[in-house]
This record gives sequence, C-alpha cells and structure tokens, in this order.
Amino acid sequence: MRDLSVFRALLLILTVFMSHQVAANSDTTAARSTALYDELGGHDGIRQMMETFVLNIAEDERVVHHFVNADIERFHTQISEHICELSGGPCTYKGASMPEVHKGMNISRAEFNAIVENLITAMETHDVAVSTQNRLLAILAAMHNDVIQR
Amino acid sequence: MKIRILIGAVCLCMSPIAAADFGRLLATGGLTTIEGAGGGGIVPWATLSSYAEQGQWGGTLAYNHANVRDYQLDVAAATLNYDNRVEFSYAQQRFTLESLGGELEQAIYGVKYRLYGDVVYGKAPQISMGALHKKNTTFALPNAVGATDDSGTDFYLAATKAWLDGPWHRTWLANLTVRATKANEMGLLGFGGDKKDDYSLVAEASVGMFINRHWIVGVEYRQKPNHLNFADEQDWHDVFVGWFPTKRIAVALAYTNLKTIAGAPEQSGVYGSMQVTF
Repeated sequence: MRDLSVFRALLLILTVFMSHQVAANSDTTAARSTALYDELGGHDGIRQMMETFVLNIAEDERVVHHFVNADIERFHTQISEHICELSGGPCTYKGASMPEVHKGMNISRAEFNAIVENLITAMETHDVAVSTQNRLLAILAAMHNDVIQR
Repeated sequence: MKIRILIGAVCLCMSPIAAADFGRLLATGGLTTIEGAGGGGIVPWATLSSYAEQGQWGGTLAYNHANVRDYQLDVAAATLNYDNRVEFSYAQQRFTLESLGGELEQAIYGVKYRLYGDVVYGKAPQISMGALHKKNTTFALPNAVGATDDSGTDFYLAATKAWLDGPWHRTWLANLTVRATKANEMGLLGFGGDKKDDYSLVAEASVGMFINRHWIVGVEYRQKPNHLNFADEQDWHDVFVGWFPTKRIAVALAYTNLKTIAGAPEQSGVYGSMQVTF
C-alpha cells in the first residue's frame, strides 16, 4: 500500500506541473510585465547579449552557412528588437513573421538546437541567471515549429 | 571479464562513427537504465539515448553499479540511436548474491521507437514504445524457486516531457511508463511463475528538476509484478542526482530502496552510473 501512495504522490506532482504550465501560458496573454526585459539588462543588456550571440553563430560551422548572405548589422538590430518585445520591453519588432523569415532556409532540427546552444552560451557569457535563461528559452522554444524545415 | 570484452568490442565497432553529430540539447539523451534502454536509472524513458537528431547516428556505453545490503548489481550496456527515431540497446546484468553466494546473469536486447513528439519542443510529450528481450543464463536458481521460463520480453509505452520554464523557473522533466512484463525481479529470477504465468501491467514514473543545465535531481518509482509464490516482489524507488558536464559524459548517483528481494529485507543502498556518448 505504501508503494501505491508513492505512485499517487508522483502523479500529484505531475498534475501540479500541468496546472502550473496552463497558468504560465495564460500569464503570457495577460498584462505584460517588463520583469524579464529588466532581468535581461534592458535595451543595452539585450543588445550586448545579442551581439555575443551573433558572434557565436559566426564561429559555429554547424549553422554559419545560413548567415553567409545575411546583413549582420540588420540581423543584430532585428533580433535585439524582437527579444526586447518578447521579454516585455518597450520595443516593436518590425521584421517579418518567423515562418516568413525562415522560409526556404530549410533549418534542420539539429541546426535549431545549435542556435539555442549559441544563445545559452551568450546568456552564460553575460551572467544571466538560470531562471531568466529558462524564461527566455521557453518563449523562444515555442517558435520551434515556425522556424524548422521551412 | 565478459563485460570488458563487450566494452572493447563495442568501442571498436563504434570508432567509425565516433564523429557523429550531437544535434540535440544537453541532457536530452538522459542516462542508461539498468536494463540498457535510455532513461533514468530504473525507468526507461521516451527519450532516445545519445544526442543523435534527425539523420544522425549516436551511441552510448555505460556501466551501472548498485550496492545494497545483500546484493550487488553490475550492468554493462551499449546503445545505438539513428535519426532520433529508433534506439537499439544491449545490456549484460550480473547480480551477485553476497550473503547466499552465487550469481545471477542475464542479457537484455532492447529496441525503442519514437512514435510522436519531442521532449523539449511542442506542448505534447514525446511518446515512444519499446521492447526488452531478456535471456537469463543462470536459470537453475530461478527454476528452483518456481519461475517458468529462462527468457521473456517486456513491452512498454513511455511518455516524457520537459518544461523549460517550470516551477521556480527551473527546467523540469517528467516521465510515465507503462510496461507489460512476465519478468521476476527484472528477469534475474526468470519469467512467469507458479503464482502467475501471464503478463502483468506495471506503472513506472520519474520526475526531475534541473538545478541548472548540468545538474538534475529527481525521484523514480517502479511498480513490480508478483509471479512467484516463494517471495513477494516489492516496488522500487530511488532518489538521484545526475550530472551532465558535457554531451560526452553523464554521471548519476542515487540512493535506492529495493526493499525485500527474494525474501531478504531492507535492500537499500547506493547506485552509480557512468555513461559515455559517441
């Protein structure tokens, strides 16, 4: 019987996760907080972090071929704006939608993960807390389907 | 000795693909279970071993050791993953009866197929099904205590999901596995028995929290069937710490409670696992 109660406890933990996740999802549509934007260091912090991110990509042979014809300055500005907006900052991303941007690029699942790793490395370089990293990664991971194999 | 030869052979076979790409994120390959399949320590997960993504090959070599009051378990295992779609595994288990004397051994051939989803991306969990074919090579003792067969096959369905931004803004992982099995004590005491000679359906679960990208703490639970009259089988659990310093290496340490095994009570102790990924 004790065994069964352990199993019930695990199921309960699972249920709590699910409900937490539902709550987190509804958070994003509710009144936007600038907390994540602030934790990322605001406008300047995000721009600096994104510069490191772009430099990391430039040195990553797994993905750099996708950027050979890209205007790096423009890419840096646009992705900084996008992250600023997504994190609740006072910016408006004026670029194309994610599916449009990545159309024809045929980005593989492995390449998407490589980009994620470059972002994590950039966040580590700028001493972004694990909790802040996770909040940003969760927002960006939701774009997975809009980016890969387009 | 057999185990060393196995590891040597697998190393040789795998050297041509040692340059396989690691296309998935750190820790998504999980660890190697005591039955060889990718997962936690005692529960196979829906994740496939290694870091192979679509179109890539990957593999792992692992050594697991459990030391409880009256028994020791040693497991050498190897896995191969293609396309993050199908995983093949092989494990050689040796169970040493410290107080009674003697050893029980079995070989486990596993296959796991990812049916749906991705553990990290999307809202749905990753779902895989798998089979573990086990062959006990020390059947005299299992036979004497009432086991029917020296071999058997487990079938399981597993669902695994990670939440990047879970409670306390930490990444969490949860797994639920349902298994049909005839195995007594995993198969070390044979398959089927004088009490029940049919498949039993058992549930298994794991929950873990990543403190950061490299460290995970968690718990596991595994329900066990009851096929033998001579001794009741009891459910297993453990509390573990996993360390993923790089994609090459994974280490786990656990405190495990296997309770009463073959009539000998209080079988709690430590479990260690070391995995190298190719």
